[in-house]
Amino acid sequence: MGPLNIFHQNADNPHGYARGLKARGKTILGYFCSYTPEELINAAGIHPLRLFGAKDDTGIADAHLQAYCCSLVRGALTDVLSGRLDYLDGAVFPHTCDSIQRLSDIWRLNTNLKFFADVVLPVKLTTESSRRYLEEVLRKFRSDLEKGFSITIPDERIRASIKTYNAIRTSLKALYRMHAKKTSPLTAGDLNAIVRGSMIIDRTEAASMLADLAAQIQAPGKADGSEKRVMLVGSVCEHPDIYRLIEQAGADVVWDDLCTGSRYFEGLISEEGDPISALARRYHERIICPAKHSSVTGRGENLVTLSQEHGVQGVIFLQLKFCERPASRACSWRSRPSCLPKVSS
Amino acid sequence: MSTPEKDKTRKFRAAKRMREIMTEYYIDAKSAVQTGRKVAWITSGGPVEPLIVMDVIPVYPENYGAMIGASHMGGDLCSKAEALGYSTDLCSYARADIACAIENGGPIGGLPRPDMLICCNNICGTVLKWYEIHARYFNVPLFIFDTPFCHTEFPEIARRYVRSQLDEYVSFLEGVCGRPFDLEKSREVGALSLQGQRLWQAVLDTAAHRPAPMTAFDAFFFLALIVTLRGTKTVVDFYQELLAEMNERIDRGIWAIPNERYRLLWDNLPVWYRLKWLSETFEAHDACLVADTYTTAWCGSMKYIDENNFFDSMAEAYTRIYLNIGIDEMVKTIYTMIDKYEVDGMVMHSNRSCKPYSFGQYDIQKMIQEHKGIPCMVIESHMTDERSFSESQTATRIDAFMEMIKQKKG
Repeated sequence: MGPLNIFHQNADNPHGYARGLKARGKTILGYFCSYTPEELINAAGIHPLRLFGAKDDTGIADAHLQAYCCSLVRGALTDVLSGRLDYLDGAVFPHTCDSIQRLSDIWRLNTNLKFFADVVLPVKLTTESSRRYLEEVLRKFRSDLEKGFSITIPDERIRASIKTYNAIRTSLKALYRMHAKKTSPLTAGDLNAIVRGSMIIDRTEAASMLADLAAQIQAPGKADGSEKRVMLVGSVCEHPDIYRLIEQAGADVVWDDLCTGSRYFEGLISEEGDPISALARRYHERIICPAKHSSVTGRGENLVTLSQEHGVQGVIFLQLKFCERPASRACSWRSRPSCLPKVSS
Repeated sequence: MSTPEKDKTRKFRAAKRMREIMTEYYIDAKSAVQTGRKVAWITSGGPVEPLIVMDVIPVYPENYGAMIGASHMGGDLCSKAEALGYSTDLCSYARADIACAIENGGPIGGLPRPDMLICCNNICGTVLKWYEIHARYFNVPLFIFDTPFCHTEFPEIARRYVRSQLDEYVSFLEGVCGRPFDLEKSREVGALSLQGQRLWQAVLDTAAHRPAPMTAFDAFFFLALIVTLRGTKTVVDFYQELLAEMNERIDRGIWAIPNERYRLLWDNLPVWYRLKWLSETFEAHDACLVADTYTTAWCGSMKYIDENNFFDSMAEAYTRIYLNIGIDEMVKTIYTMIDKYEVDGMVMHSNRSCKPYSFGQYDIQKMIQEHKGIPCMVIESHMTDERSFSESQTATRIDAFMEMIKQKKG
């Protein structure tokens, strides 16, 4: 099986992959957001597994969450309460949105996993005090992991993990760029599966397979260049059908601003100096998600820059139903004088 | 049924004074351009005391949201925001306020234009985007006061971070106002703030009397001052007057409802556009809503305030407010209230506009039923958008709930 198939298979069936890991004795921590410092989890010899939530019946979550809760939170709670995540040794909740924040409480009070951590990062990422606090949160998380699993996480292991993640992020960005330049046979749906798969698969293996994949790509795909170039913007996209729909409509997602896309790989970590400080700098300076604050125009300007850089002709805002963050963002974009055509779905 | 004479007796004298104060306050705010004072829009849970020290007029879009809701203007304003592209899933305060800002409409002809924005995320994450939108629209400086969520603890690293932001907040205000922060005045304002909070708690505590001299619906009305003018002598004087009136009502046997048989606790923000209806519906069952978690939140952090060092202790007090803690911490407050006010049941408002207040309510409900053995009911709405409220459905639920309470209590 080639690397592309492996990414697709594991993006489609993360539970199967995780159970296989567990059978081989691996410790697994689930997490929800691209602000989770998974480099530290990986450095601890623990497998970080991104949780996307059940897509089928989420009725079991009704006892804990109202109907106006987003599918990601409902799905994740369904998965853990139904025993589908029985391979997990614990979970990590970075401070993301109000819903994830309360999911953390509900999860903590209704499950009995070995390890649980709230990683309460700052939301304001503009000051030295917030950078310092972020660094202290990471140091506390490292200490929590060490205590929780009775281990030590040496700096060298963190540096090695940083290298692995830099390799993953560099390859992902290279694959995205090749697709944007139409020099790759990979579709936007493939790239989505590759990014999601990279959050599921063992990170060392993922880094190696991504490098292989980037090296193997030699010929452009079937696209003839007549497709409209669009950018997909939102939080999490785990619906491959979206990409097919867009393709059928005669467009191609040439770039994105997604938690399961470019926001995951943008911004490398310095491999010099204190590794925790380096990690803190990356999380402080990376392209923010809507749950954070950098400047009042930062996110909009980033979207304009990305659009110009990748020759984008239209933007599609993908809004997770009941999520308040993109609900307020799409309008702000539309009000910009330099705005491009916009569709919300 | 109560007679008209009794209804007249039950009206609060202080309500007139309260309206006068709020009218003066909004006149001051709306004439700030003429008087040369600065106006800051600030979130409801934000640290207002430094603004009072700097003689800046604090204006609360959320307080205004309550006014919009009570004036039954929320649905129309929310639909205007939706026409601009804002989702119906967005908080109805935010939708109504954004529409008002753009249209300069709403009650009292809209809020005065801000000179600065102060956003504290101790109440929710929505305010972050809401205030960014305002900062772009009004093109004024925005200060974010970031209060890390305290699920189970307030770690030292969070304390240091929040404390350092108090200094950044002062620097921000000095920059915008062009004058230094007066430390002596800060101590005075801090003392007044604490005094105001103590008095507000004392007012709420009078409802522990059986029968109660006031209801949660009265508290929703009298809350406005501790929110908007905390740290001023006006608040202290007013709540002293209100407290005296409450005690006088207890002495004279003037009760909030004529035949109190059942005592209930309210959770979450009010349904602003159905206050009267809800009040009358519960009263028809001889049920008095004697307390609520919402108005209590404005004095719930007093335990973290050091009266000898108000400024520094604001860091903890503003971070550990009711909405910025885990649900198992929240339920401890509720248990205390259940005992203090001797309540027979709890009414939970599942508020589509406020996810941090509403998610977790079902678990809280279970904990209350297990530990305190009292029934709970849930009603659902958007606090300011009346289009989302089903009166008949809610009435049916209240009837069923009261039937359960009556059977339990006899």
